Amino acid sequence: MKNYKTVVLSNQEISSGYYRMRILAPGFGSKAKPGQFLMFRVQTSLPPLLRRPFGIFRMGFMPADCDGQPPKEFVEILYKVVGRGTEIMSHLQVGSKVEVLGPLGRGFDLGAPGEQKILVGGGIGLVPLYMLARELTRKSSVRLLMGGRTREDILAVTEFERLGVETYVSTDDGSLGEEGLVTQVLLRKLDKYPNASVYACGPMPMIEAVQEICAARGVPLQVSLEALMACGVGACLGCVVKGAGHSEASPRYLCSCKEGPVFRAEQLDWTKLGQEPGYCEGCKI
Amino acid sequence: MKNKRPSLAVEIAGIKLKNPVMPASGTFGYGEEYAPFMDLERLGAIVTKGLSLAPKAGNPTPRIAETISGMLNAIGLQNVGVDAFIQHKLPFLREINTPVIVNFFGNTLDEYGEVARRLSDIPEVAGVELNISCPNVKQGGIVFGTDPVAASEVVGLVRKHLNKPLIVKLTPNVTDISVTARAAEEAGADAICCINTLTGMAVDVKTRRPRLANRTGGLSGPAIRPVAVRMVHQVVQAVKVPVIGVGGIMRPVDALEFLIVGAKAVQVGTANFVDPAAMITIIDGIEAFCVEEGISDIHQLIGSLQL
Repeated sequence: MKNYKTVVLSNQEISSGYYRMRILAPGFGSKAKPGQFLMFRVQTSLPPLLRRPFGIFRMGFMPADCDGQPPKEFVEILYKVVGRGTEIMSHLQVGSKVEVLGPLGRGFDLGAPGEQKILVGGGIGLVPLYMLARELTRKSSVRLLMGGRTREDILAVTEFERLGVETYVSTDDGSLGEEGLVTQVLLRKLDKYPNASVYACGPMPMIEAVQEICAARGVPLQVSLEALMACGVGACLGCVVKGAGHSEASPRYLCSCKEGPVFRAEQLDWTKLGQEPGYCEGCKI
Repeated sequence: MKNKRPSLAVEIAGIKLKNPVMPASGTFGYGEEYAPFMDLERLGAIVTKGLSLAPKAGNPTPRIAETISGMLNAIGLQNVGVDAFIQHKLPFLREINTPVIVNFFGNTLDEYGEVARRLSDIPEVAGVELNISCPNVKQGGIVFGTDPVAASEVVGLVRKHLNKPLIVKLTPNVTDISVTARAAEEAGADAICCINTLTGMAVDVKTRRPRLANRTGGLSGPAIRPVAVRMVHQVVQAVKVPVIGVGGIMRPVDALEFLIVGAKAVQVGTANFVDPAAMITIIDGIEAFCVEEGISDIHQLIGSLQL
C-alpha cells in the first residue's frame, strides 16, 4: 500500500446516479486482492477534508502501446453520488489528477476450490464482488444474486455473466428481474445448494437478513462492510465495528479498514450492528 | 551561489529533534501504521497513541463525523495498554532513529502515577506527553485539564514518578488556557503542548440524531487552526518552558504560523489521515521557506512575531 498520484482514464455515469471511474494504477492495480479498497482524495482544496473509501471493482491492463511500452495497470471503482465528495468526483474529467491510497484492508478468503459459491450484492455493494467472482470462477461454480430498489440500482450484471457467473436479479418494485428481496432468491438457492459458501456486500439491512439466513442454516458467510473512515490504515480507529463477544461491560471492536472490510460472519456481533447511524444524509458533506 | 541547508534542529525539554515536526497523538497509531508511506526517521519525533494502564476498548460507533473543514472524533482513547505497548509496539519503534514520545493518561490520579512510573523504566522512551485534555471520556483527563488546581495536582504527581522529560498537553476547552499552562509549568512540566481538540457536536438533520454515538466529540482539522494559533500565542507569553503548537496544520505555511507565534515545535494530526506523507511535505516546506527567507537556523523564525 502506498499513496499514488495518478490520473483518471474514464469516468462515466452507468445508471442514474451511479458512476464508473477508471484510473491509471501503475504498480498497484495488479496487487489489489478481491475485497480490498482505495482511499480516494476527492480534491486537494477543501471541503471535503477527508478521503473517501471505495471498494475496487476490477483491475486490468491497458493494451501495450505501439511504441513498445509495457501494458499499463488500471483499476476501476463504481460509486453512487451520495454527498458532496462523490458529487465532485462525478465531475472529474479524463486526465484529471487524483490521489489514491491503497490497496488497503483485508479482502475475501477464496475458500475451498470446487464448492458452490453464492454472491449476494445489493446496489453499490456489488462492487467488491466482481473481482471476487473473477477469482472464484477459476475453480468454483459461482452464482450472483443481485438486488436493488429499482432497475437503476442493478449494475454490471452482464459483466458477471461474461465470467460465466449465473446471475439472478431482484428489485423491490419489480422493474427488473424478480419482484421482491434478494434474500428470497438466496433462500431458494440455498435450498438447492445447501453446502454453498455465501459472500455478501450491500446495505446493512440486507447484510443482516443474509446473516440470519446463513446462521440458521449453518452456511459460511463473509461480508464486506461499509464504514465511515478517516485514515484507512488503522491509525484513527474511527471505523470500528462490534466484534463477537462484545458487550457494554466488555466492549470489543474490530477495525474495518485493517481487520476488514471483509469479515467472516462469526467475527462480528450482529446485535444492533445495523442500527447505528451511518453517513449523514442531511448535510451532504 | 547555493544556499547552505538551514538548521531545523530544536530541543524540547532536553529531547533533541532534527526538525520541529511530529505527529499529534492519536493520529499516527503506534508509528508502524504509517511506515509504509514515509521514512519515519525524517520526523522530528514520533508521538504514540495515548496509553492507559489497562487496555481500553474505546467508545461506541459512529466515532467520527466530517464537518466543514474539520473532523469530529469520539474514539474514546482506545489503546493496547502500557504493558502491551512496551512488549509489542516499542520493539518496532526502537529500530527507528527518531525520538519516541509516549502520550498517556489515567482513569485516576493513581493510574497516572503508575503509568508514568512504568514508562520511566524504558530507555527507548525519550519523553512522555501527559494527556489531561481528551474531551471524549471523563477519565481522559479533561477533568484535570480544565481545573488548574487538579492540573497542578496530576502534573506534580506524575513529575514525582517520572525521570524523563514531561510534556503536558492542554485542552482548549477552558476560558483562559494560560492559567492551566502556568499551573502545569509550576507543577513541573518541562514543556507545554497545545491545543487538543475543541468539544463539538454535529447533528444529522434527517434522522435528527447526533452524528456521533458519544453525542459530542473533539473537533480537529483546519477549522480549529486560528483558535490554536491564538492559544499557542497566549501560552507562549504565559510560560517559560517550550511550547509545542498543534491544531489544524495541513501545509507548511500552517506550521510556520505556529513557529512564528513562538511554538518551538509543532504536531500534525488530521492532515495525516488526508495525506499520509503530510509531515514530510511540511518539513520540506519549512526548509524551503527558510532558504527563501535567508534563515540559517529555525530559531531565527521561532517567536519572530511582529506586533
